[in-house]
Amino acid sequence: MSRKTLLNSKDIEIILHRLACQLIENHNDFSNTVLIGLQPRGTFLAERLAELLKNEYNIKELELGLLDITFYRDDFRRKDKPLAAEKTQMNFLIEDKKVVIIDDVLFSGRSIRAALTAIQSYGRPESIELLVLIDRRFSRHLPIQPNYRGRQVDAINEEKVLVTWKKTHKKDAVYIESKE
Amino acid sequence: MQELSVEHLLGIKYLNPNDIDVIFKTADHFKEVINRPIKKVPSLRDITIANLFFENSTRTKLSFELAEKRLSADVINFSAGQSSVKKGETLIDTVNNILSMKVDIVVMRHGNVGAGVFLSKHVNAKIINAGDGTHEHPTQALLDSYSIREKLGTVKGKKIVIVGDILHSRVALSNIFALKLQGAEVKVCGPTTLIPKYISSLGVEVETNLKKALEWCDVANVLRVQHERMDIKYFPSTREYTQLFGINQEILDNLGKKIVIMHPGPINRGVEITSDVADSSESIILNQVENGVAVRMAVIYLLAQQIKR
Repeated sequence: MSRKTLLNSKDIEIILHRLACQLIENHNDFSNTVLIGLQPRGTFLAERLAELLKNEYNIKELELGLLDITFYRDDFRRKDKPLAAEKTQMNFLIEDKKVVIIDDVLFSGRSIRAALTAIQSYGRPESIELLVLIDRRFSRHLPIQPNYRGRQVDAINEEKVLVTWKKTHKKDAVYIESKE
Repeated sequence: MQELSVEHLLGIKYLNPNDIDVIFKTADHFKEVINRPIKKVPSLRDITIANLFFENSTRTKLSFELAEKRLSADVINFSAGQSSVKKGETLIDTVNNILSMKVDIVVMRHGNVGAGVFLSKHVNAKIINAGDGTHEHPTQALLDSYSIREKLGTVKGKKIVIVGDILHSRVALSNIFALKLQGAEVKVCGPTTLIPKYISSLGVEVETNLKKALEWCDVANVLRVQHERMDIKYFPSTREYTQLFGINQEILDNLGKKIVIMHPGPINRGVEITSDVADSSESIILNQVENGVAVRMAVIYLLAQQIKR
């Protein structure tokens, strides 16, 4: 197994600030916007961005939800291991809201398709956007593209993009792992 | 481990504590789902479920049907009263005819003990026992434990008394298995004629004095008096039963403590429990009904997970 560092903590900090500024450009004070982090790993990015927007960019009221998409996935009964759900925390409705879905890595697009279906359970939003830290090009199974991306990566299918966070792994970093 | 150790849900006695934990954790997620504006998920959109009810049922059948529909399964319903069973068709023939329609899961209630086990050996579908005679009613016991856990935080170490007709009750037997498996202390309380002789072998104590039983417990699970399952007189009169084993507000007020009141329904109001107790703040009867859908969704989802494409 070989591991190559794609982004270090400094790179990630710069990217997070850029993504936060891009969100402010389009959503102003976030009064009609909700951020939704996808379980399990998109929630770390969503929480970091929410912290940044509140503490550094003085956004007063920011709605942040955590959404689990397990029951909406299209690979139920196709995996060897059972799909275990994570906690969903959506204490608001999204009717007529601008929704920003947040995930760490965009790969096949199937998770995002599941998220788009799951979000309908909470109302009919005005619009839905997608923010990802890493956009793996040329690997999409579905016609889904991000509105905000931290870094675009060309990784072959056997390679894995691994994102670690200070809060859970002691270090902000993005690695590309390959089996050889 | 996030999977069940069993291929069918035939009874609580076949489960281990991890199975119950997995079911409850999954039910927690489904409880959140059924409180959303849109209460449906697409997980089981390619699964067909047959509800075979050879005995009358209202709430269990509705609860299963709702659980199945909220998981997006295709559902077919069968009631023995309007079927070829009346013409002498056997259980296997009936079920095999239904399974020929490509059914993946069978939810069955049957008057005979062991009907689910028998079926599981002869048909190629997942079987969920929705009550077999006076034997087991596993999903009711699971939702009862889930409701106790929700109300009191845990089942372990809690003192639970099951009051009423233990002899004819599949709810009582499944509850005893489930509660003991989770580390609760269990007593049964009722007329000695309605308490089976083997009960102590299940690690359950008998208390024939209702007041003492209620003073001891944290939770009273009150059972319905099941006249339809009694072929001889087990107590002199309903009035006498109510006087000795009926729970009313006066008895609860004299306890000097709060206890949780449960009932699997349907209630004989004024017989085993009075209306003011059934509708009181200590009663979690309606929570049991709500939790029933979430728990049944969890059981169906976990068993469906084992059906490979």
